[in-house]
Amino acid sequence: MALKIVKGSIDRMFDKNLQDLVRGIRNHKEDEAKYISTCIDEIKQELKQDNIAVKANAVCKLTYLQMLGYDVSWAAFNIVEVMSSSKFTYKRIGYLAASQCFHESTDVIMLTTNQIRKDLSSPNQYDTGVALTGLSCFVTPDLARDLANDIMTLMSHTKPYIRKKAVLIMYKVFLKYPESLRPAFPRLKEKLEDPDPGVQSAAVNVICELARRNPKNYLSLAPLFFKLMTSSTNNWVLIKIIKLFGALTPLEPRLGKKLIEPLTNLIHSTSAMSLLYECVNTVILCVQKLRILIEDSDQNLKYLGLLAMSKILKTHPKSVQSHKDLILQCLDDKDESIRLRALDLLYGMVSKKNLMEIVKKLMLHVDKAEGTTYRDELLTKIIDICSQSNYQYITNFEWYISILVELTRLEGTRHGHLIASQMLDVAIRVKAIRAFAVAQMATLLDNAHLLTGNTQRNGICEVLYAAAWICGEFSEHLENPMQTLEAMLRPKVATLPGHIQAVYVQNSAKLFATVLKSQEGDTDSTTTQEASQLMIDRLPLFVQSANLEVQERASCILQLVKYIQKLQQKDVEVAEEVCALFAGELNPVAPKAQKKVPVPEGLDLDAWINEPPSESESEDEQPKAIFTKEEPKHSRPRHTEVDEKELARRREARKQEQANNPFYIKASPSSQKVYQDTSGVEHIPVVQIDLSVPLKVPGLPMSDQYVKLEEERRQKVRAEKKKKEKKKRKEKRSGRGRKHDSGPESEEDIAPAHMVDIVTEEMPENALPSDDDERDPSDPHKALDIDLDKPLADNEKLPVRSHRAVEAQKSPVEDGERENAASQEPKKKSSKDKKEKKKDKDRDRKVKVQDYSTLTSLSVVCDIQGNLQDGSQVVVSVIFENKCESFLKSMEFNVLDSLNSKLQRPEGSGPHDGLVVPFQLPPGVSNEARFVFTVQSIVMPQKLKGTLTFIVKNEDSSTHEKLDFKLHFTCTSYLITTPCYSDAFAKLLESGDLKSSSIRLEGVNMPFHHLLARICFHHHFSVVERIDSCASMYSRSIQGHHVCLLVKTSAQTVSIDAKCDEPTLLGNVLDEIKQTFSQC
Amino acid sequence: MQFMLLFSRQGKLRLQKWYVPLSDKEKKKITRELVQTVLARKPKMCSFLEWRDLKIVYKRYASLYFCCAIEDQDNELITLEIIHRYVELLDKYFGSVCELDIIFNFEKAYFILDEFLLGGEAQETSKKNVLKAIEQADLLQESQSEDWGSLPNEEIL
Repeated sequence: MALKIVKGSIDRMFDKNLQDLVRGIRNHKEDEAKYISTCIDEIKQELKQDNIAVKANAVCKLTYLQMLGYDVSWAAFNIVEVMSSSKFTYKRIGYLAASQCFHESTDVIMLTTNQIRKDLSSPNQYDTGVALTGLSCFVTPDLARDLANDIMTLMSHTKPYIRKKAVLIMYKVFLKYPESLRPAFPRLKEKLEDPDPGVQSAAVNVICELARRNPKNYLSLAPLFFKLMTSSTNNWVLIKIIKLFGALTPLEPRLGKKLIEPLTNLIHSTSAMSLLYECVNTVILCVQKLRILIEDSDQNLKYLGLLAMSKILKTHPKSVQSHKDLILQCLDDKDESIRLRALDLLYGMVSKKNLMEIVKKLMLHVDKAEGTTYRDELLTKIIDICSQSNYQYITNFEWYISILVELTRLEGTRHGHLIASQMLDVAIRVKAIRAFAVAQMATLLDNAHLLTGNTQRNGICEVLYAAAWICGEFSEHLENPMQTLEAMLRPKVATLPGHIQAVYVQNSAKLFATVLKSQEGDTDSTTTQEASQLMIDRLPLFVQSANLEVQERASCILQLVKYIQKLQQKDVEVAEEVCALFAGELNPVAPKAQKKVPVPEGLDLDAWINEPPSESESEDEQPKAIFTKEEPKHSRPRHTEVDEKELARRREARKQEQANNPFYIKASPSSQKVYQDTSGVEHIPVVQIDLSVPLKVPGLPMSDQYVKLEEERRQKVRAEKKKKEKKKRKEKRSGRGRKHDSGPESEEDIAPAHMVDIVTEEMPENALPSDDDERDPSDPHKALDIDLDKPLADNEKLPVRSHRAVEAQKSPVEDGERENAASQEPKKKSSKDKKEKKKDKDRDRKVKVQDYSTLTSLSVVCDIQGNLQDGSQVVVSVIFENKCESFLKSMEFNVLDSLNSKLQRPEGSGPHDGLVVPFQLPPGVSNEARFVFTVQSIVMPQKLKGTLTFIVKNEDSSTHEKLDFKLHFTCTSYLITTPCYSDAFAKLLESGDLKSSSIRLEGVNMPFHHLLARICFHHHFSVVERIDSCASMYSRSIQGHHVCLLVKTSAQTVSIDAKCDEPTLLGNVLDEIKQTFSQC
Repeated sequence: MQFMLLFSRQGKLRLQKWYVPLSDKEKKKITRELVQTVLARKPKMCSFLEWRDLKIVYKRYASLYFCCAIEDQDNELITLEIIHRYVELLDKYFGSVCELDIIFNFEKAYFILDEFLLGGEAQETSKKNVLKAIEQADLLQESQSEDWGSLPNEEIL
């Protein structure tokens, strides 16, 4: 009841909650956009309030609106605020919103580093959980670098819930920050044997994903995975492992043999189709099993069967080819996806022998196919199949040309240009076929009206482009050039697209030249005169064309022909001169030719030709006044604002100018209109021909007849061969040759119909053979190709914040032995010197080095954070990690109090008593404890001495150990990242209560945003505003001191001007900042 | 997995989870394109299609389409199982889930998904564990929000 009342009042307080919003949107179907814009206004109001619950509610609503496609990037900062709430309820919403709305270029992400770090180390596992989940969605390279170490520590968390999340997110971290892979890998490997199955499967997942991309680095893990595979019963894990082996086997053939047995076991025993599919995919020899999949009535299995088949095809084409019948059957399937898959398979299955048969089947499908998309797909596949590997499988090019011509019957296809380019390619490169091709193209041109039913949407007219060019270029092969010339100059041509007309016009000139040449020496000059007259009659139509290209060419050629006609009337021989216009042969050039031209010696392509303009000029100008709210002087140049009127005026003026310009061709809305306006063309009737019934173009050959011819030819060849062989056999009288004539002919036996000379594409001389540039350089996985078996080098440790590590004080004995311990664990020494081994271990344990990643027994890493709620409290979270193989227990933490800072001890205990750490540490485990200190003054940094005592328990003995350390309370640790708006910031500076101070840092060589991120991250500041190379920053101490910075950079010098109400604190903070940058 | 989309038969997006960083504009474009393609397919057709260089695995449950994009080498059938497992989880959590549950409690649907998948990989294969984690987080949320007055996440319908 009481809860209800509270709820009621809350409901009144919130304008709308999420449910109201959703309901509202559903009720405002007609004016949704308007409704939502009022909602967004309300949300903006709510975000201005101080109540975090209201803010969280607003952010929750925004997340919903974001999904509906509204831009909410303006609220990114509010999302960060909600993320930082100490209440899980709101934190959860904040992280959800962040994971949905943030991406790499969201600039506030930079501000979240500290918050996320805090959440990651929260004692509440669900806080850590949401932080990890959120991070997985918006991790950036910067976040990955700064948090890699924290996440790595979490991989050894006591709770499996956290461990498994940490392991999974490491994959994302590796992708963003590849340097972390090597230091983190040993621990990741450990997790493969984690007692918790969830963590184990997470580790398998990550390693499998890594290994798939760069298998060679993971070969050494094969035995471990083999063990897992034979012992695991979790299908999810098994699938991943099998996938991993699939990637490893090509590198280590011996693995294949080993895998056969467990895989066959799985295949026979599993009831999970997904697992079976994975196995089959890996052992790609189980074609028979696949047949069962394809024959299944379930569409999904059928699809996957075909998909797997296509993978097998790459390695074992023979075994797939025997299933041709089945695959051809799939072409009749109702489902388009399945048909397309089957088509893909056919592509890989063709051979010289079956190409014609397969293409014939496909042509039938083309006729039957409904839906242009599928038909287009068929068309491209036919062309792909035929043209693959440089026409490897085509034995009869006459057949192929006729197939291409038949394909032109397709109405409404988008792939006219594809057919056209094939025609051109074949005609140019296969010299032997040119005469035939030209004849075919001439017929095609003659019947062009059949193809151009509706030029607007009919892409097939593109083939006319090829036809016209071939007829023109190779016109010497034409039987009747006059007829073709006539066909090319028909008035109907003017309805074709411009670029095709242009080719027509140009090639009519080539034909004209051929006609002249063929008639030369003839006494009767009527044909040549007819030809000239034809040109002069017909070309004016094209001179009027709206297309610039057509017009230009036509008028050029028209003048030429007129001149020729004059000469002809004077009986001057002109043929040779005209032919010279088109002399020379065009050779195909390989697409890579340009790239392969070797760079001449002494030419440096990277050198500047002219010195680049110096950049220094723009940098001289910098805002002078510090901390005044000035207008940014060198912000981006503003666009000169132009109002509508002005624009309209300009447009009008431009039109006027164009109208007066005789060289400007007026734009017309469509070509249709143009041709109506043009006088002389009006009378041409536009006939629409319905081509839905496949037409047989009269005079065009049917490809079928070539199939027959080819069959006959092959028979003949075979027969001849047999004869020869018989002869040979008779001569030799040996039975050896028998094999040859039994069984079907092999690939090599099929000789091409005529000696086909496929002209290869031209390459520059001494071209460089460089085909290894295949891999995409932007692939993030490329960066992860890292050798993992090499021992870690010192510079590879993950970055740890400097003040987090406890400075260890070593007892004098240990100093000498530190190296010894760090260099090698003694555990692998021979069993004989057991005693010594144990001694060594003990020594190990004592060693406490600053950096945890060296091999020591116990590491202590701590984070010192001020407590926002209480101005006199500092919380120190300490992570204890057991690095030896013994059990650590009874840990006691004690610090020598100073006047200023005291460790908070439970009531009743004395001022020098230690605090008991509330857990024990099994080998290899780490855990975190928090200790609260009270501080009086926070203006000075302080170092506290402390000790940690603990008991090391072995099977047979237990020893007391002691570890000394120092806690460094920097002034920075009293600062709390607090966002500040620029207007509040300006007010603060204007108030005049602040004292100022400044420092200069020399030789800082890093991008400005890195510099800012570093200050934010190490010193708990937030960016208020940033203008080019100048930024204002803000932070607040736990006792409410304001700290303001203005950071400027030019060249390698950074100057920081700072203001604070407490000069001592400010001085110390600045010193610490200086320290941070002196270390890098 | 690269991303997961839930949308209705009318093409309205109900839930989206992206495991690869993309700009909002790109996300919108992909969503529009995919919703169109998937809705155009007939019920008897298989659940997979190739799209750009990814594979799309989708399945329809009542009025909702669940649609995942996976990479070339990923296993389609296990993706179908992931979708099914997610539906089972929703069903268990809401008690015979319907589209409205997901619309009105869309943040819960996300929380469940986040417990089940992380960074596009399955993180917990046990249904029991996922639900346990969600319940405990919910409990934590409830106990905290009592002192504040609850954010009305619970069903008010």
